[in-house]
Amino acid sequence: MKNLLIATAASALLAGTAQAEDIKVGILLGFTGPAESYAPPMAGGARAALKEASESGAFLGGTKIEIVEADSTCTDAAVATASAERLITSEGVSGIIGALCSGATTAVLQNVALPNGMVMVSPSATSPALTALEDNGLFFRATPSDSRQGAVMAQLLKDKGYSSVAVTYTNNDYGKGLSDAFATNFTSLGGDVTINAAHEDGKADYSAEVGALASAGGELLVVVGYADQGGKGIIQASLDTGAFDTFHLPDAMVGITTEETFGSDLDGTMGQVPGTDAPGGEQYVPIGEANGFDATAPFSPESYDAAAMLVLAMQAAGSSDPADYKGKFYEVANAPGVEIYPGELKKGLEILASGGEVNLVGASAIELIEPGEAAGSYRVIETIDGKQVTVEYR
Amino acid sequence: MDLLNALVAFTNFVIVPATAYGAQLALGALGVTLIYGILRFSNFAHGETMAFGTMSVLGITALFQSWGISFGPLPTALLALPFGALITIALVLSTDRVVYKFYRKVKAAPVMLVIVSMGVMFMMNGFIRMIVGTDDRRFADGARFIIKAREFKQATGLNEGLAIKTTQAITLVVAIMTVAALFYFLNKTRTGKSMRAYSDNEDLALLSGINPERVVKITWILVAILATIAGTLYGLDKSFKPFIYMQLLLPIFAAAIVGGLGSPLGAIAGGFVIAFSEITFTYAFKKVITYLGPDGWKPDGLVQLLSTDYKFAVSFAILIIVLLFKPTGLFKGKSV
Repeated sequence: MKNLLIATAASALLAGTAQAEDIKVGILLGFTGPAESYAPPMAGGARAALKEASESGAFLGGTKIEIVEADSTCTDAAVATASAERLITSEGVSGIIGALCSGATTAVLQNVALPNGMVMVSPSATSPALTALEDNGLFFRATPSDSRQGAVMAQLLKDKGYSSVAVTYTNNDYGKGLSDAFATNFTSLGGDVTINAAHEDGKADYSAEVGALASAGGELLVVVGYADQGGKGIIQASLDTGAFDTFHLPDAMVGITTEETFGSDLDGTMGQVPGTDAPGGEQYVPIGEANGFDATAPFSPESYDAAAMLVLAMQAAGSSDPADYKGKFYEVANAPGVEIYPGELKKGLEILASGGEVNLVGASAIELIEPGEAAGSYRVIETIDGKQVTVEYR
Repeated sequence: MDLLNALVAFTNFVIVPATAYGAQLALGALGVTLIYGILRFSNFAHGETMAFGTMSVLGITALFQSWGISFGPLPTALLALPFGALITIALVLSTDRVVYKFYRKVKAAPVMLVIVSMGVMFMMNGFIRMIVGTDDRRFADGARFIIKAREFKQATGLNEGLAIKTTQAITLVVAIMTVAALFYFLNKTRTGKSMRAYSDNEDLALLSGINPERVVKITWILVAILATIAGTLYGLDKSFKPFIYMQLLLPIFAAAIVGGLGSPLGAIAGGFVIAFSEITFTYAFKKVITYLGPDGWKPDGLVQLLSTDYKFAVSFAILIIVLLFKPTGLFKGKSV
C-alpha cells in the first residue's frame, strides 16, 4: 500500500513536470501553389495523428502536442525556407511533418533542418534525388522514392502491352526524377520512349508542347505533371488536337481535380499512387470522417503515418529532442513488435512506455528502408466511366 | 511519300493554332498601335486591360449562366462580351481621367508616359488578382468542336486527325468582323478621320478645330473594346489565367512593332507574322517529314529548330531584326 502511494505520487509528479513542457510539432505543407488541392486532406491526416497522441495522455507521460502550421508552397523555395525557419526559431517546434513537394523539401532540408538539427518527415516528397542527399539521419519520408514508382510504372505499362510511349514532365526535381526513373526502367524492359520532354507550369496554352510530343509519337502519353497545373493543360491540348487519347498518370496527376476536369474523356487511362490494400487503409477512413477530411485522398494516409512515426519515435526515445529520437524511426516503423494500426496510437505509446516494441503498420502499411524512406506499395487506378477506380495493388 | 497525311498533320498542329493565335495577337496589337498612333506612348498596361476585360466578361457570363441564358452552340461569353466591354471602357476612361490626363496637360515626354503606364499595369494586375485570384478558369461552353480529330480520321481514312475548335473559328470570325468595323470607322466616318488627322499632325488638327479630348476619349473606348475582344477570345480558346496576359505583352508589342507602330494594317500583319513564326520555329517536323520522305525512312531527331520553351525568344529575335533593318516596320509606321 505504501509502495503504491509512493508510485502514484511519483508518477503524478512526473506527469506534472512533463506537462509543463508541452511540445510543438510543425505541419509544413504546400497549402498554396501547384499542389494545393493535395494539402488539406494531408494536413487532416497529420493533425489527426498528432491529436490522437496528444489526447491519449500516454505520450511522454502526458505531454500535450501543439500543432503549428506553415505554408511550404510547392515551387517557391524561398517561402518554404522562411516558413521552416519560423517554425524552428520562433515557434520552437520539436519536429516537422513536411514538406509537400520534392523541391520545397530539398530546400528546407538543406537550408534549415540540417543546420538546426531538426527532424523532418515528409509524407509526399518522392524525388529520387532525396535518397542520395546527405541528411545526418534527420530526414525521413513516409512515401517511397520515385525510383521505385518509375519501376512500378514501367512494369505496369509493359504488362498492359504498351511498347512505345511518349513522356512529358513538369520541369522540376519531382518531374525530372520520376520521368528519368521511368524512362530507364521502361527502356531496360525493352520498351521505347519516343520523347522525354519537359513542360513549364503556369501557361495558358500547351498546344506547341503537345505538337512536339505528337510528332514524336507513341501509343500513349505519360504525364508526369501536376493536376492543378501544366499536367492538366497538356492533357487538355492533347485531347483537343487529337494527339493522344490515352494517358498514364503518376501520383501527382491522380485525384479529384483530374476526375472533375476530364470525366469520361479519360476512360481507359491508368495511373498509380502510393497506397495499400492493407487493413490499415480501411481503419483510417473513419478517422477521416470523424475529423472532416477525405482519408482516401492521395498522400493522406502517408501523412497520418508520418506524424504517427514521429510521435512513436519520440516516445521510444523518451524525449522530444531531435538528436535523441532521430535514431528510433526504424525501430518503431519496422518489425519486430506489436503491429499498430490507425487509431491505435495510444496502445503503441503505452507499449513503448513500458519498454516493449512496436511495429507501426499505420494507414499505408509503412515499412522504412535505408536511407529513411518507405519501401512502398502502389495503388493502380483506371478511369472507368469518368471515375478513377482502384484496380489492383503492386 | 504521303502528301495528304503530311498536310493534315501540319494543318492540325501549325496552321490552325497559329491562325487563331495570330488573330488574337493582331487584335491586341491593334490596341497598342492605336494608343501609340494617337496618344503617342507605348501602353504597357494593355495586357492587363485585356485581362480586366476578360474578367468582366467572365463575371457576366457566370451571371448569364445562372439566369439560364445560353447562346446555343456558341459560348455564352460572346453574349456577355458587349457588357464586359462597357465595364472595361469605364475602367480605362477613369484611368485616363485620374492618371494620363495630368501627364497630357503637362506635356510629359513619351518615355514618362510609358513608365506611368507600367505603374497602371501593376495596379491593375493587383486589382485583378484581388477580384478573381490567380487560378486558371475555363469559361467556354456550348459545342467544343467543329471538327473532331477522331471523326475526321474515320471520315477520311487518314492516319492523322484534324481538329478545329469552335473557339478557333469564333476567334477568326470575330476578329475579321472587328477589324472590318474598325477600318470602316477610321476611314469612312468623320470621327475616324479626325482621329487620323490628330495622329498625323497634332497641331494642324487642333488648328482645324478638332477637339483633342474627344479624340482621346474615343481612342480609349476603341482600345477598351479591342482589348476586351482580344482577351476574351484568347481566354475562350486557351484558358483564363490573369498572369498570362502580362506575358502576352511581348508578342503583342513585337507584332505592333514588326507591322509598324501606329499602322493598323501593320498590326494585323505583324500579329500573324509573329504567331506563325513562333509556332513554326518550335514545331517538331519529324512526323511531317516522315510522311514526305521515302517509305520506311524516319528522321532520327525531332527536327525541331527550337524547343517550345523558346517561343518568346522567337518574337524577341524578330523584333530585334526588324528594329535593326527596318525600324519603321513592314508597313511604314512611326519609328520607335
